[in-house]
Amino acid sequence: MSVFIIRRLSQSALVLLIMSLLVFFGVFAIGDPIEIFIAADADQAERERAIAALGLDKPIWLQYFYFLANALGGDLGRSFVFNIPAIDLILLRLPATLELAFCAVFLSVAFGIPLGMYAGYRPDSRAAKTIMATSIAGFSLPTFWVGLMMILVFAVELGWLPASGRGELGTFLGIQSSLFTLNGLAHLALPALNLALFNISLVIRLTRAGMRENMPMDYVKFARAKGLTQRRVVFVHVMKNIMIPVVTVIGLEIGQVIAFAVVTETIFAWPGMGKLIIDSINNLDRPVIVAYLLIIVLMFIVINLVVDVLYSVLDPRVRLSDTGK
Amino acid sequence: MTNEATLRVENLQTHFDTKAGTVRAVDGVSFDVRQGQILGLVGESGSGKSVTGFSIMGLVDPPGRIAGGRVLFQGRDIAKMGEEELRQLRGNRIAMIFQDPMMTLNPVLKVETQMIEAVQAHGNVDRKTAWTRARDALGQVGIPSPEERLNSYPHQFSGGMRQRVAIAIALLNKPDLIVADEPTTALDVTIQGQILYEVQKLARETRTALIWITHDLSVVASLADEICVMYAGRIVERGSVDQVLDAPAHPYTAGLIGSVPSRNVKGTKLVQIPGVMPSMLNLPSGCAFRLRCTHADATCEASAPPASGDARQVRCFHPLTAVA
Repeated sequence: MSVFIIRRLSQSALVLLIMSLLVFFGVFAIGDPIEIFIAADADQAERERAIAALGLDKPIWLQYFYFLANALGGDLGRSFVFNIPAIDLILLRLPATLELAFCAVFLSVAFGIPLGMYAGYRPDSRAAKTIMATSIAGFSLPTFWVGLMMILVFAVELGWLPASGRGELGTFLGIQSSLFTLNGLAHLALPALNLALFNISLVIRLTRAGMRENMPMDYVKFARAKGLTQRRVVFVHVMKNIMIPVVTVIGLEIGQVIAFAVVTETIFAWPGMGKLIIDSINNLDRPVIVAYLLIIVLMFIVINLVVDVLYSVLDPRVRLSDTGK
Repeated sequence: MTNEATLRVENLQTHFDTKAGTVRAVDGVSFDVRQGQILGLVGESGSGKSVTGFSIMGLVDPPGRIAGGRVLFQGRDIAKMGEEELRQLRGNRIAMIFQDPMMTLNPVLKVETQMIEAVQAHGNVDRKTAWTRARDALGQVGIPSPEERLNSYPHQFSGGMRQRVAIAIALLNKPDLIVADEPTTALDVTIQGQILYEVQKLARETRTALIWITHDLSVVASLADEICVMYAGRIVERGSVDQVLDAPAHPYTAGLIGSVPSRNVKGTKLVQIPGVMPSMLNLPSGCAFRLRCTHADATCEASAPPASGDARQVRCFHPLTAVA
């Protein structure tokens, strides 16, 4: 196991290196930030000074080399716009996004698994059919539209919940989050649900499929033949088998929800990373874009590693191979 | 100890309602098993033998249902029991062993978990006592170093060993009746022999009634006391092993015996029963076997033959040997 993890981490370093190359050169291809930062009437001398100050006068391979050298020391460059380290800027926004993402994933598990299990257990019941029909809607309606409708209904018409911002922050165990105040939770409700909707539907369908696949299996009949209660058969025997694919998808969801909360954050004016990256792309704030993408890649790597380890916990037949075969 | 039958099945009807019509998978089956007796239930695939087994367990799932008849276990009718009452019987007084040992154990739970839960489902037993019983049961079915094996997962066992585990689970609560549904079919011949020997020994020692469902006559020949031959949902012949195997009365039984390879002289052509099992949705009128039978005539087409006799029984208008 430990050999497996060490191997994976060294592979991850390689992935990060390749990603940094792609991102760094890719960002250089999309435009010249100088055109945006410099006033249109600036003279040549001012231009040269600004270019030199941002380090853009050096050849690109040298810039990359400097970037890499600094990155190893934990410095991913300074934001052109805010003139503070890019990583600080991202970490400042990270908690808001994380809190939104984890709420969304929590909702997708809390609703998706029970509803999916029921829909798979009694596939012909009216409730199951309603669940499945609704999940198709959750699957196919675009996030931005659902978000706008939620604001329209719950914030504008009914006036139950606030439509934008993060609300009051509470502090618990040194962590600041809107999870710890009532006002913050009210602010969180709509964006989290909006972000979760697609994932709830995904988990419902996956859980239902697993349930439908597992219930007719011999091991279920054998468990019943042992005289176990239906509750134990479903919640211990079947559920543990269903969890294997569900955990994979939830792992991917976490990464996805963090990386692509952009739409929801924009609609609900949530001060998270998604909004930051959109602004940075508009301003061609290269260091922030590069740093953001690398952090997202790192996050995916970690999540996948955790999912792989969880796999071996859930399914004893999976051995984390030490030889890499 | 009374002579009362442990299990008495009376005119059991198990039907499956499908879109194409009602399938009478089991259509009027009657037999009984006493303490310590081994009954062989023989038939081809689709003859209704497994459904009979599941009916006894109360494990017939929709669209199947027990449409008629009685399944009297120690005098109580299983067909009329509620789910909780059935659950208390299952795995406790009546146990079942399944066909494919690779599929019956839950792949993600330890053998220990799967055995202990079976004990705890039927009594307020603490974990340690349940564990001890599980270990003893594994030892009883001939699994070496049971303490260690309890801590393993099913995939760490071979097929034969897994079937032993399944048998050990069946034995855990010292049931009065075991229904074994082709438990050796998926195993190697050598393993098959060992399992047969173990089960026979255990059934005799504990005086458990045993129903052994199989398509293989040679298996019941060495194991059972009594044989019921099933065809298209009905028992076509019933009698003691010697009676049925030495002097089969039903042409179908005779055909089955004739098609066992070891009974033929080398080089001669193996006898086959002509045709295939008819679809259960579309049985021929009269005797279900008549289209494959060389003795069939107009009588067989007109009506289904009734069961004749009592302990020694045959459903045929033209039995090969006289049955009292």
